[in-house]
Amino acid sequence: MQLDLSLRHKRLNRSTGGDVVIFTILALGAAFMALPMVYTVSNAFKPLNELFLFPPQFFVRHPTLDNFNDLFVLMAKSWVPISRYFFNSLLIVVLGTAGNVFFGSMCAYALSKHEFPGKVAFNQLIMLSLMFSGVVLMIPHYLLISYLGWMNTYWAIIVPAWAMTLGVYLMRNFIDAMVHDTLLEAARIDGASEFDCYWRIVMPIVKPAWLTLIILAFQQLWGTQGELYLYAEQLKPLPYALNQIVGGGVGRAGAAAAVTVILMIVPITVFVINQSQIVQTMGTSGITGE
Amino acid sequence: MSTVAPTVAKTGVERRTFREKMSDLWASIKAHRISYLFVAPFGILFCTFTVIPILVAIGLSFTYFNMVQPPEWVGWENYLRLFLADDVFLIAVKNTLLFAIITGPVSYFLCFLFAWLINELKPKLRAFLTLLFYAPSISANAYLIWTLLFSGDTYGYINATLLYWGIIDRPIQWLVDPTWMMPIVILVTLWMSLGVSFLTFIAGLQGIDNMYYEAAAIDGVRNRWQELWFITLPMMRQYLMFGAIIAITQSFAATQSIQVLTPTPTDWATWTIVQHMQDYATARYEMGYASAMAVFLFVVMVGTQRLVQRLLRKIG
Repeated sequence: MQLDLSLRHKRLNRSTGGDVVIFTILALGAAFMALPMVYTVSNAFKPLNELFLFPPQFFVRHPTLDNFNDLFVLMAKSWVPISRYFFNSLLIVVLGTAGNVFFGSMCAYALSKHEFPGKVAFNQLIMLSLMFSGVVLMIPHYLLISYLGWMNTYWAIIVPAWAMTLGVYLMRNFIDAMVHDTLLEAARIDGASEFDCYWRIVMPIVKPAWLTLIILAFQQLWGTQGELYLYAEQLKPLPYALNQIVGGGVGRAGAAAAVTVILMIVPITVFVINQSQIVQTMGTSGITGE
Repeated sequence: MSTVAPTVAKTGVERRTFREKMSDLWASIKAHRISYLFVAPFGILFCTFTVIPILVAIGLSFTYFNMVQPPEWVGWENYLRLFLADDVFLIAVKNTLLFAIITGPVSYFLCFLFAWLINELKPKLRAFLTLLFYAPSISANAYLIWTLLFSGDTYGYINATLLYWGIIDRPIQWLVDPTWMMPIVILVTLWMSLGVSFLTFIAGLQGIDNMYYEAAAIDGVRNRWQELWFITLPMMRQYLMFGAIIAITQSFAATQSIQVLTPTPTDWATWTIVQHMQDYATARYEMGYASAMAVFLFVVMVGTQRLVQRLLRKIG
């Protein structure tokens, strides 16, 4: 991959001026994106007196883990152990993401590579549904979940997550763009079943797509507090518990800063692991080009 | 069926073709049963959890429904009320349009610009910058930090810095003064808008086989701009379309950042359709009226999408 890039660089005489402009734009953009994040992290390590200092300091001067300690002390006082909240979140996120990726990509494969009556209409429907605001769907959803008897169960959060539309739309676009029909035809001639085509040929090629989809689904589910459907305290996910603590007012400003950092560190970690996979795939997918 | 049959029955020819069509359709459905098996699991979930609720909401938009008594049919009354009797709604429409017209195109452009520039870099640096640009949109409630940065008292980091440098002599009420509210909300939204589209663009750009660029170089493409226009953009059309849909849905429906920064805006300066809708749905329990707003917003978004689609066809 690295070799390829450098070759490309030489062949298409990239101007030095252009490189300088690119680096400048990227550096400015990166600074704008990063500074608030740095401030967030820096705040979490500030002792209480620095948090309310005037003038406020951007960087922490005497970093301390007090805020995290306070948070854990507060967590230890809750009657549901923190590990249970964590387990709830893990279960919801893993099952929800897995179902969304699996069902969504299967559907996307047929919508992209098969011809059948109703396909165009279904594609349109998926795209249109993306543009309807979720707020007013709250009531129909609530009635539906209670009709299904899923109130106060994990299913109330997990199963609707399988139906998240964005993923199918994303997968279909990627399969359209990355998988060539000739490849599938060749596989069918060699006797591959449709499921083989989907699982063994399409899915490996569009690995960047479903890795992206995993990130999206994870991110959405991780933020779920589920207050509408999960009312038993022992079923609530971690963000709910953490946000309860933050709601404690100004005296908990330190713990609140720690919560923000904990809540953001998890999706970022998942993203980093995920992205290293994407870069690896890109190196090998060249063979499937044509 | 029953409404179609009498009209078709007038002439034998049409009737036959209709019947033929139906049996053709059925044969074709049977022939493609494997495709339906692939679509079915998601299709059923999608219909249950998305399509049916949307249809219910559209139905409710023609009713008065306070969530306690059963819905009561009122015809177009909700829609008339939106435009004739609700001044705040009209302000919300104006704000939403202003907000969407700026954040939509700008975030779309930024997503592509940064994805394209990052794609020019070596893998390690590329991975690092992707993380840096994507982090704000993925990290749960990190945008809360902006309320601290723009806090109206002297503890707000930006006020404190400006005071310290002597640029201002008293703190600015960033999130209460209508002149500053909209620009700040737009800024923060742009900050957290390098999300799905950005990632998709990066993945799409990396999926373009190098041989196209090599071939183009032989054919006389000499610089980045030509490469962008003749190869990258046409190859990216699928992803560009996807990004456009995302930009539209996000710019018209953005609430999170707006609500946190300006929960009760002065003079309705940053009040949007979605906020108005939420207000009626969750605080005033007028579900029918809120649904009418959702339908209106939906129509606006679909219209915009059609327009953008037409524009994007012209690229490359």
